[in-house]
Amino acid sequence: MKRRIRTLCLYILVFSMLYCTSLWAAPQQTKQADLSGAGATFPAPLYQHWIKQFAESSPGFTISYDEVGSGEGIKRFLAGKVDFGASDTAMSDTEAQGAKHGVQFVPATAGTVVLAYNLPGVDQPLRLSREVYVDIFLGVIKMWNDPRIVALNPESKLPSLNITTVTRADSSGTTWAFSNHLKAISPRWHDAGFTAAKKMNWPGNAMAVNYNEGVANRIRHSWGAIGYVEYGVAKRTGLAMAELENKAGHFVVPSVTSGMAALANNAGELPDNLRMFFPDPIGQDSYPIITYTWLLLPKTNLSPQQGERIKKFVDWCLRDGQKYAEQFDYIPLPEAVSIKARQAVQQVR
Amino acid sequence: MAEYNSLQRSQSISKPPTAGDMLANRAFRVLTLVFTWSIVLLLAYILYKIGGRAIPAVKEYGLGMLVGTTWDVNARTFGILPEIWGTLYSSLLALILGGFFGVSIAIFLTQNFLPRILETILRSIIELLAAIPSVVYGLWGIFVLIPIIRPVADFFNTHFSWIPFFSTSLSGPGMFPAALVLSIMILPTVAAISQDAFRAIPHKITEAAYGMGTTRWEAILRVMLPTAAGGIFGALVLGLGRALGETMALAMLVGNSNQISLSVFAPANTLAALLALNFPEAGDTEISVLMFAACVLLLITLLVNMLGALIINKTGIKR
Repeated sequence: MKRRIRTLCLYILVFSMLYCTSLWAAPQQTKQADLSGAGATFPAPLYQHWIKQFAESSPGFTISYDEVGSGEGIKRFLAGKVDFGASDTAMSDTEAQGAKHGVQFVPATAGTVVLAYNLPGVDQPLRLSREVYVDIFLGVIKMWNDPRIVALNPESKLPSLNITTVTRADSSGTTWAFSNHLKAISPRWHDAGFTAAKKMNWPGNAMAVNYNEGVANRIRHSWGAIGYVEYGVAKRTGLAMAELENKAGHFVVPSVTSGMAALANNAGELPDNLRMFFPDPIGQDSYPIITYTWLLLPKTNLSPQQGERIKKFVDWCLRDGQKYAEQFDYIPLPEAVSIKARQAVQQVR
Repeated sequence: MAEYNSLQRSQSISKPPTAGDMLANRAFRVLTLVFTWSIVLLLAYILYKIGGRAIPAVKEYGLGMLVGTTWDVNARTFGILPEIWGTLYSSLLALILGGFFGVSIAIFLTQNFLPRILETILRSIIELLAAIPSVVYGLWGIFVLIPIIRPVADFFNTHFSWIPFFSTSLSGPGMFPAALVLSIMILPTVAAISQDAFRAIPHKITEAAYGMGTTRWEAILRVMLPTAAGGIFGALVLGLGRALGETMALAMLVGNSNQISLSVFAPANTLAALLALNFPEAGDTEISVLMFAACVLLLITLLVNMLGALIINKTGIKR
């Protein structure tokens, strides 16, 4: 009986606490930003910085950005829950058909996807050839001291650890960029029954984690782990990153410089919908995994006020915002791309 | 009626209930009845809601989902066998570890090994373990436990890798750290109910055992343990029920890997962790599939808990 009374008191306490928290949280939820966006976690650090800088330089309205992954960003954009979406895949044509008011893709910045790993006792940067990292993510190469990895890294003493790949559990543009790259560089990827997708059923010993930051943290806590993650996130988490073999057969260190080289060597002419992928960039010094990331804007049916707001913000991002890209380890847009994107933004009504 | 009147007139302190007392009594009874039934209704409502959402998945995938091993949203193939396996495997491992320590603690705290006051203090501390939030256990597991057990795991992997249980190296999150944390989480449940079981042993039995000349350990192992066995078994089953449904700590520690592996160092997944990881952005089909998985988990947990309650009932332990 005594125990029951104690339990009852505890319940009452807990419920009253929950009730108080919900009362306290409720008014915060109802306050909305004037311009709301949601989507990719890949460029999120840069977007958040843009929002802060933009608010300082041109006050007048507030902007919010939810980092929820590209898939969810597209979903919310299509459902009309946000004023703009953000995605590392733009949208597929079928997805774009679902947009009631049309959609304008605006490349906002570009970034690289790196293979970050955690191998205690290995100080030399790991080198991975194209065949080897495809086989690692296919689960064919299972051990770090596999002869094929050892042959590429003769100076490192590779431990006898199982390889654990770390992948994204949520629907993600980073996954799309990486799997699109794997599909382009190796027929084995296709033969194993895989394609490019935002969400994949990864083979082998793969752990699945939500968000770029989640993947980076999981790698940090797991020995023998390797995963694909946005360059800046990996850098800030302090992870080692592998040198990857590019199309020209060179091993390239991931950096903003090698990313800029890849973009410069491959940017070419953008198609009219401003959607362009580089699954396997050419060039001697190009880093092999690189992608634009897009803002998704509704083409029509904006209230004049919202239209002006969106135009003002996005134009600022493409013009003044680009100089912050490098600081956050992204790649600024080439001038030609930025001009074309700004023209597209003005079309939005 | 005459008796009632005489009571009213009597000078003793016992008085007949007033109209207010009667009303309060009635109101209290109605209230408790309503609350009791609303719990039953609530369970039924939860089952109805979850089951209702799960029906499309049940229709489309049926029992095949229970034996499928791929979870591929693009191909619309869903199988939860690795998660069912992971749930049962982690719970059983936790039960072996937590059960052993829980019962040992119960023996230690009930068989006069310690002064009474120390027993009380230790018991409270163990019960406090139940108050630690799951997410704290998860963080503790990642930052404290995994670095500690890594050398142990490495040793077993290096020297005994021919045993399937140790066939892979421990990367970090995996089955073993998850089961270890889980065993600590079920420890209070197992220890508390086992203690009740030992306390419920009639004093006569203990005296008889000592009277026949047994040593303390003979009495504990040959007499007390078998006598309390029913209650201990019930404690284990309730602990298992708790382990099956645990979510947050496992989602953080088990590794979220969709595979079936005997190795205790390999990353795995559980039903509850699958739900926690996939719900936030699941589409319609996936939600239905996840609801199906939730039903499976609910069913497993319900069966285990009912079994535990039944065993405790049959062996007549008062809680």
